[in-house]
Amino acid sequence: MGVGSFFTSRLDEAIGWARKYSIFQYPFVTACCGMEYMATACSHYDVDRFGAGLPRFSPRQADVLFVVGTISHKMAPVLKRIYDQMTEPKWVVAFGVCTCTGGFYDNYATVQGIDTIIPVDVYIPGCPPRPESVIDGLMKLQDRIAVGAQRY
Amino acid sequence: MAEPTRREIMLGEGSGTGSGQNLTVGMGPAHPAMHGIIRILADLDGEIIRKADVEIGYLHRAFEKDCEVGGWNNAIPYTDRLNYVSPLINNFAYANAVEKLLGIDVTERCKYIRTIMSEISRVCDHLTCIGASAMELGAFTVFLYMIKAREFLWELVEDVTGARLTISYGRVGGVKADLPEGFDAKLREAFKQTREVLDEVHRLLTGNRIFMDRMVGVGVISREETIAYAITGPLLRAAGVGFDVRRASPHWAYDRVEFEVPTQKDGDNYARYLVRMAEMEQAMRIAEQALAAIPGGPINVDFEGRPIDPAAYVDRGKQGKTEGLLLVPITLSPNLAGQDRKALERVNAHDKRVVLPPKETAYGSIEGLMNHFMLIMEGYGIRPPQGEAYFASEGANGELGFYIVSDGGDRPYRVRCRPPCLPPMAALHRMIEGGMIADLIPTFGSVNMIGGELDR
Amino acid sequence: MDGAAILERLRARLGSAIVETHAQCGDHTAVIERAALPGALSLCRDAAELAFDVLMDLTAVDYQKYPGREDGPRFEVVYHLYSLRWNHRLRIKVRVDEDDAVVPTAVPLWPIANWLEREVWDMFGVRFAGHPDPRRLLMYEEFVGHPLRKDYPINRRQPLIGPRI
Repeated sequence: MGVGSFFTSRLDEAIGWARKYSIFQYPFVTACCGMEYMATACSHYDVDRFGAGLPRFSPRQADVLFVVGTISHKMAPVLKRIYDQMTEPKWVVAFGVCTCTGGFYDNYATVQGIDTIIPVDVYIPGCPPRPESVIDGLMKLQDRIAVGAQRY
Repeated sequence: MAEPTRREIMLGEGSGTGSGQNLTVGMGPAHPAMHGIIRILADLDGEIIRKADVEIGYLHRAFEKDCEVGGWNNAIPYTDRLNYVSPLINNFAYANAVEKLLGIDVTERCKYIRTIMSEISRVCDHLTCIGASAMELGAFTVFLYMIKAREFLWELVEDVTGARLTISYGRVGGVKADLPEGFDAKLREAFKQTREVLDEVHRLLTGNRIFMDRMVGVGVISREETIAYAITGPLLRAAGVGFDVRRASPHWAYDRVEFEVPTQKDGDNYARYLVRMAEMEQAMRIAEQALAAIPGGPINVDFEGRPIDPAAYVDRGKQGKTEGLLLVPITLSPNLAGQDRKALERVNAHDKRVVLPPKETAYGSIEGLMNHFMLIMEGYGIRPPQGEAYFASEGANGELGFYIVSDGGDRPYRVRCRPPCLPPMAALHRMIEGGMIADLIPTFGSVNMIGGELDR
Repeated sequence: MDGAAILERLRARLGSAIVETHAQCGDHTAVIERAALPGALSLCRDAAELAFDVLMDLTAVDYQKYPGREDGPRFEVVYHLYSLRWNHRLRIKVRVDEDDAVVPTAVPLWPIANWLEREVWDMFGVRFAGHPDPRRLLMYEEFVGHPLRKDYPINRRQPLIGPRI
């Protein structure tokens, strides 16, 4: 029993390390945060050095759902469907304060935080968050991905 | 017996054209090549789009209703998020609409600052538009170069306003603060980098066979239809009509600088690309001329006399020792950042009904304190006369208009934003019907739909 | 043509159909009766000296909470016109009651009115007679109510709608 769990925990760490450095994101970009997302992904702040530089525009091929920008009630079913279409293991990043809590759009048209619809792993507040905040959030996501028992 | 069509040769006899049903493909709302979230339901016959239905509203954030909730200046952050790639233009256009209703005129220096910052915003918008549409056609390098240039401009904007994107810089009656020191050196540097990038992109894209094949003759809309659909901005100028709000109704400092309004003839995507590239150069030219001619110069403080430590000044005021306090010169920065600038005096209209008094006055005299109170407290504040006003400025996509209705109170009664990208989106089905589905991508890119503005 | 001359021309052709005019802040405005609206708009577009070929904006205002106008007609539909040829602008307004909130459509004159009128229907509930495609523009289909009306509370929470096909 002891030897088995030693090997599986080493394997878990290896797989966690591999998963955290090869993030295939699905950028679900809606609004102004998309501009900061573009800035983070491009040469100046470069998210590619974290292994997260290749966005996969099909939910079935992605593992991290970056919800970038305000989600309105018209868009919410689409978001839920995209989330459902993603395969396990999957994580969700709420990018921008509109996705965390609705931002300052406390009105009839905006979903007050996407965690009312889908489970969220990392919240990156900011309106829009500076690229440094985004990278900080990404690193927290990486810690989250790598820790614990990996499902495979 | 008719000649066999190419389709019949390829697919076998009897496959004809239109013998089957059209395939309905829904592009969006979450789609990588859409610059925002819209849904295009295209009826395809093979590759050709027979009918397209464009559905918008996925980013409706109740801008107009939200503006009615707070004071007149509270709407400024909401206007930032309209056209979020060129937020400064939105701020200033809204502020100017309220000033029009109030009947006040901002200071000369403020007009020049508004001109300079609007033009910087316009360059950022065109960089993003061309970069993103080039990326969708496969030219990823162009996207990286243009975002690099945009970073330099954003650092410049951050120096002036404090934020990169959602800046809330405009105020009714002026702007938030004056230009910082060293602004012209930084502007020159940023424009130098931008011009280098534009040069590289010209060499990469303008004569490029693949780019031209995909953009020339694609997404054409006739001149009459462009006008009938109320399309303005680069799309109208690419169709041959030289309408520019900066020329038609000059505001701010646009009548004191020289610039050209580039136009093309064809009305296709390539023409729109050329117009945008030329406009960026013109925008930089305007900003440089305005900066050279800006009144008020780079002087810091116009008081003379002995300085006083700001904390001691406030203490004296609080203790009631206010005789002569107003005359004492201090180098107190209104934004409490410790910078040595007298930031509000030169860039805000000298109108008590609208503009917050500088800190020295608010702390140092009872009139200043009352003025501050009357502008901030609920139920008071800026109160334009009853009525309505419409002000149009040239946004990056066309005429950006704000129609405001006031009931005499401290909150707007109705704020309407006339979005410049709504008409091209209404006409999008005319541009793509009859073309192939792959032509939708460059057409949509060249329309430069910004979701925040379209859906408000 | 300057604004006053435009208003004069309209008054000459439309006579009593013009309820009132003003030129606040330099924006020349004419309030016209609903029945005369199609004639007035096509006059504006087609008359050579007016030549308002661009319908810049079409919107509405709800005057229910406006001090002094709570009992009058509730909605006012506003048209902003611009002429590329002469570089002049005009604003035309039409007042309608809440129970009879129908305005003749401007789609045959300017195709952009299609979407602008859909938005007014969506946000205010003012219908446009003869509109070819009266659907909501900005809100989703199942939405109940007209959000920009003054009696619609801004932070009413909506039920989450499920995914469509």
